[in-house]
Amino acid sequence: MLSYVLKRMLLILPVALGVSVVCFLLVHLSPGDPLTAILPTDASAETQAEMRKLYGFDQPLPVQFVLWLGRVLTGDLGTSIATGRPVAFEVGRAVVNSVILAAAATLIGFFFGSLFGFVAGYFRNSWIDKLASFLAVIGVSVPHYWLGMVLVIIFSVQLNLLPATGGGPNGSSDARSLDWDYLRFLILPAVTMSVIPMGIIARTLRALVAEILSQEFVQGLTAKGLLDRGVFAHVVKNAAPTAFAVMGLQLGYLLGGSILIETVFAWPGTGFLLNTAIFQRDLPLLQGTILVLAMFFVVLNLVVDVAQAAVDPRVKRS
Amino acid sequence: MTPMIDIRNLSVTFTGRGKAVRAVDDVSLSVAPGEVVALLGESGSGKSVTLRSLLRLHPKNRSRMEGTIRVDGEDVLALSPRALADYRGRKVSMIFQDPGLAMDPVYTVGRQIVETIRRHESVSTAEAEARALALFKKVSIPAPERRLAAYPSSMSGGMRQRAMIALALACNPKVLLADEPTTALDATVQIQILLLLRDLQRELGLSVIFVTHDIGVAVEVADRVAVMYAGRIVEEGKVADVVRTPRHPYTRGLLAARVEHAVPGSRLETIPGAPPDLAELPAGCAFRERCVVAEPRCAAERPAFVQRSPTRGDACLLTG
Repeated sequence: MLSYVLKRMLLILPVALGVSVVCFLLVHLSPGDPLTAILPTDASAETQAEMRKLYGFDQPLPVQFVLWLGRVLTGDLGTSIATGRPVAFEVGRAVVNSVILAAAATLIGFFFGSLFGFVAGYFRNSWIDKLASFLAVIGVSVPHYWLGMVLVIIFSVQLNLLPATGGGPNGSSDARSLDWDYLRFLILPAVTMSVIPMGIIARTLRALVAEILSQEFVQGLTAKGLLDRGVFAHVVKNAAPTAFAVMGLQLGYLLGGSILIETVFAWPGTGFLLNTAIFQRDLPLLQGTILVLAMFFVVLNLVVDVAQAAVDPRVKRS
Repeated sequence: MTPMIDIRNLSVTFTGRGKAVRAVDDVSLSVAPGEVVALLGESGSGKSVTLRSLLRLHPKNRSRMEGTIRVDGEDVLALSPRALADYRGRKVSMIFQDPGLAMDPVYTVGRQIVETIRRHESVSTAEAEARALALFKKVSIPAPERRLAAYPSSMSGGMRQRAMIALALACNPKVLLADEPTTALDATVQIQILLLLRDLQRELGLSVIFVTHDIGVAVEVADRVAVMYAGRIVEEGKVADVVRTPRHPYTRGLLAARVEHAVPGSRLETIPGAPPDLAELPAGCAFRERCVVAEPRCAAERPAFVQRSPTRGDACLLTG
């Protein structure tokens, strides 16, 4: 098991290098000089040259990359052009917020998704299956930013129960706690976001449970006298690796793909940050955010693979 | 002596979508304590369905069972769901054709045995583990301590079938049902498993129904043999008698088709045609269209099973 983990971790190195190259080059893919965005159009040639030198843009690309990589490896992601604060600080704060939102959404989605999936798989083609499948299809098909707005209209505007936007009272976005004052800001975006993993987990588990139940070993379990709840325990353990893998990937997607929801609810996470960075042409911030998100995905995949190998003995050998 | 297993006029009909299929039709069979009976037949002859009926393993809402099955005095078809679960694995247990499919791939083999013991008997986990170890020794699994902690996928086919046998014997059942337990194994391992099963059967005094399509296997393990065709028993008797003087044309065909009888360089003997579609059985004898001695009267009347002597019977109009 340990050697499997080490082998998997070594495989990360080339992936991480590739990711950093892409992130670095992103800045140079955008049309025009990266500096034109922050310099006034009538800036003198000397100022431009000075700024270019300051940001290191006068060096050849490979040199720039090595210098950049060296700084990144020591934790220095540069300085945000718009706020003047270190990118690492901005991204770190946003990551915490996004993780909180994504984790809450995934937990909600996993709970209801598993419930619907198991029920539908066990009672396939009954009305209860059709209802659960219907909800799952709705979950994956509804545009979530639209759902977010509808929820805001119902719970914030009409019922006035929950706040419509923001990450906490008085516009605060850190010092998070489990207080109701903070949690109430989390509920609407988390529920909105949970609809996606719920649908996907429910559909995956429905097919999986039905497939497991059709395998001969289930008849073997019945033949040795296990009661329904005993058989159920086996089904759960057989379904768990796939369920966790799907959940892990969903968590990853939510961390990276929540720009719309975070924008609708003005949730101060990475998606919101990315959105801001793009519109403000804040390149160091954009670069840093993307790099952190990409590395997050790489690590997440590692964790999912290792967890899967720990639960399912067949994964290690393949 | 009262039989351990007594099946009377058992019929099993599958009623899925489309036409109802009567997979087992009016089968009667009894097995004495300590006796081994082989159910012999081709795929689709109803032998496995008959076997699985003894544990009521057919899907509840898509099958219908008629007749009676008594095992050790218990009326199996009348058992409540709870009583049925208690009976399964404790009084009657089953060995499947492919132990790789019949065991849970994500549980260790030892845990599956412990689970079975603890389902039926209130013993501690430690005690159940000790019994699992003893069972593994009994079925001659080398390095039993290590193998108990192994997953089915990391064992060889023969080892897995030994583990399956250990699992089946975990709660000291009186009846063992074996559904082609050697078919998925290669030839040398087949013999080992057959010998193991025979030794265990004698030692424990088990009643065994052994489903196979291989006459050689039946000869090896069984006291009696019942030959099935199209859902019915067409011939039954002591193994030696049936092999020496087969009465039913189908049994004669099966015996003639054995590889051991082949003449080098010539084609193997076969039974012409294919088994009939159970959903569209012709009138009269089901074997008539493949039978080399069929007469016009075979089309008119479906031959009933007739007990010709205390130990021998068949279902053919022409043997009377």
